[in-house]
Amino acid sequence: MILSRLARSGRGGIVLLVLGLLAALVLPWLIYPPVALDIACWALFAAAVDLLLGFTGLLSFGHAAFWGGSAYCTGLIVLHGGMPFPVAIIGGALFAALLALPIGLLSVRLTGIYFAMVTLAFAQMIYFVANQWRDVTGGENGLQGIPREFLGLDLSDPFFFYYAGLPFVLAGLFAAWRIVRSPFGRVLVSIRDNPARARALGYPVERYRLLAFVLSAALAGTAGGVFAIGHGFAALDGLYWTTSGQVVMMVILGGIGTLWGGAIGAAIVVQLQDFLATAGFEGVGIVTGSIFIVIVLLFRRGIWGTARHLLISRRQADPPVSPAAGAAEEPVESPEPAPAPASPHPAGD
Amino acid sequence: MLQQAFNGLVGGSFYALLALGLAVIFGMLGVVNLAHGAFYMLGAFGAFIALDAFGLNFWVALVLVPLLLGVAGAVLERLFVRRLTPLDPLYNFLFTFGLALILQDLVRREYGVNSQPYPRPPELAGTVDLGLFTYPAYQVFVLAVSALMCVAVWVVLTRTRVGMIVRAATERPELTRALGIDVGRWVTPVFGFGIALAAFAGVLAAPMRAVNPLMGADLIITVFAVVVIGGLGSVFGSVAAGFAVGLVSALGNLYVPALSQITVFILMAAVLLWRPAGLFGREEAYR
Repeated sequence: MILSRLARSGRGGIVLLVLGLLAALVLPWLIYPPVALDIACWALFAAAVDLLLGFTGLLSFGHAAFWGGSAYCTGLIVLHGGMPFPVAIIGGALFAALLALPIGLLSVRLTGIYFAMVTLAFAQMIYFVANQWRDVTGGENGLQGIPREFLGLDLSDPFFFYYAGLPFVLAGLFAAWRIVRSPFGRVLVSIRDNPARARALGYPVERYRLLAFVLSAALAGTAGGVFAIGHGFAALDGLYWTTSGQVVMMVILGGIGTLWGGAIGAAIVVQLQDFLATAGFEGVGIVTGSIFIVIVLLFRRGIWGTARHLLISRRQADPPVSPAAGAAEEPVESPEPAPAPASPHPAGD
Repeated sequence: MLQQAFNGLVGGSFYALLALGLAVIFGMLGVVNLAHGAFYMLGAFGAFIALDAFGLNFWVALVLVPLLLGVAGAVLERLFVRRLTPLDPLYNFLFTFGLALILQDLVRREYGVNSQPYPRPPELAGTVDLGLFTYPAYQVFVLAVSALMCVAVWVVLTRTRVGMIVRAATERPELTRALGIDVGRWVTPVFGFGIALAAFAGVLAAPMRAVNPLMGADLIITVFAVVVIGGLGSVFGSVAAGFAVGLVSALGNLYVPALSQITVFILMAAVLLWRPAGLFGREEAYR
């Protein structure tokens, strides 16, 4: 069924899918396996954020709460519950979704920049809670020594664990893709493009936004759980606001509203940070911050977004293949995200 | 109890100064400045460097550092922020996030994460008898000077021609322009002024708080919550919420110490539930 859908969306889709899967499978052969796992986790995290930013028009600057919160929950389930890690990861994802419910309920009443600020603030609250609730979270030390043994198999070798964690990441990415392509996803896009019209058509806009927020949090939680098991610890800085910023940066670098672009952004950023750390460069923030600024100033379409834009403009030069299929395939016509409430204060030049 | 309330007000004066700068910038440019905390940190480091490298005392720093950083902010607005203001406000938010990362790590590379010592100015080293209790003179000074600053900005905004233009441009930019006022001319100075306020708060913080590269990072998010409580874009709301949040957190700390850092976010949640636009915000401001 999936394949037939893909086939309908053109052969290019299948080729890309196969290439992507192949890349995911051989990655730990090509680069240091723990880094490969990091890339996979951040790719899913980025897709989760893009689900909101690119397809719902909401910039969450507080997704660290779900990534980090799930990391803690996953770790606790393994450490104290003695559960196998797959159960723990699912538990962590559910916890993230549960956490997202009250946060989302309050935040979706706002949009645009206000939404970003409020989610940022709530995430910081979770950070402070984790910092103070030492008995459970270990405070600044975090949770350490999370084992990753499964049915008697020792998965402590990062190379093997990569393949144990990958199914979760792929399942998460698949879920994100399904959500975007579902009727629900189409409503989200219409809300992104014109909330007033969606409301007029009878869609409960806030409820859709809330559901998207919770789903996105669950995906981010899945990624955070795999990350925690993969590293064997859950750390406080996973909850910090710079984590939220970093994932947004990956999304923009890859291309907002492209879903898969985030994986490219994740690969580049994680590799770069690994390179800088190995080279002994202090002040990774200087480099990542500079990249961020350059992207925001000059390269807002991102890598995937730019590639797709080139492709589309080329295709449009050719005689149209099938306008209906084309419209269904490209959910994002505008490369700019969230045509949010147009700034009431244009730069007065 | 009273003393704790006083502590709260002193803490609140930093919230108020930072929130005021954020609100002024947001009002004029529609930009939420995530680097505001980084400029606060730079203000404190500016005071430290002025003393350490140039032997300039606290009073000189209190004037000079905000001035310099304000100019730097104005340059920043001209070079970068201006390019992004016509776009979705989220882009400037992200721009200032990148900027905050850079500034923080530049200082961290230079000075490490440990706190730098900064002495109290000798004129304010003692304590003041406030009748019911004695209190460090420096803290009293901080509270007084912050309150004065907020009042001064308030007076400028409401009683002078400049303030009138800024307020008009904040509320109805197109209409103001149509009335023949060059709004664009005021954008850069207002941005610089907002940054200068952050730097001013930073210099004030240097003698009583740990001067380290991360001092602004936590604070700025709390100030965001303060601004949401007060109503984004409402100058009065931001200042009032700043002092109020300081007070409530301090008193909360007295009764439930575990919640000290979290109080402000709980307040924010309550306000969002009750009035999503903030206590003093207008409904249209967020839709």
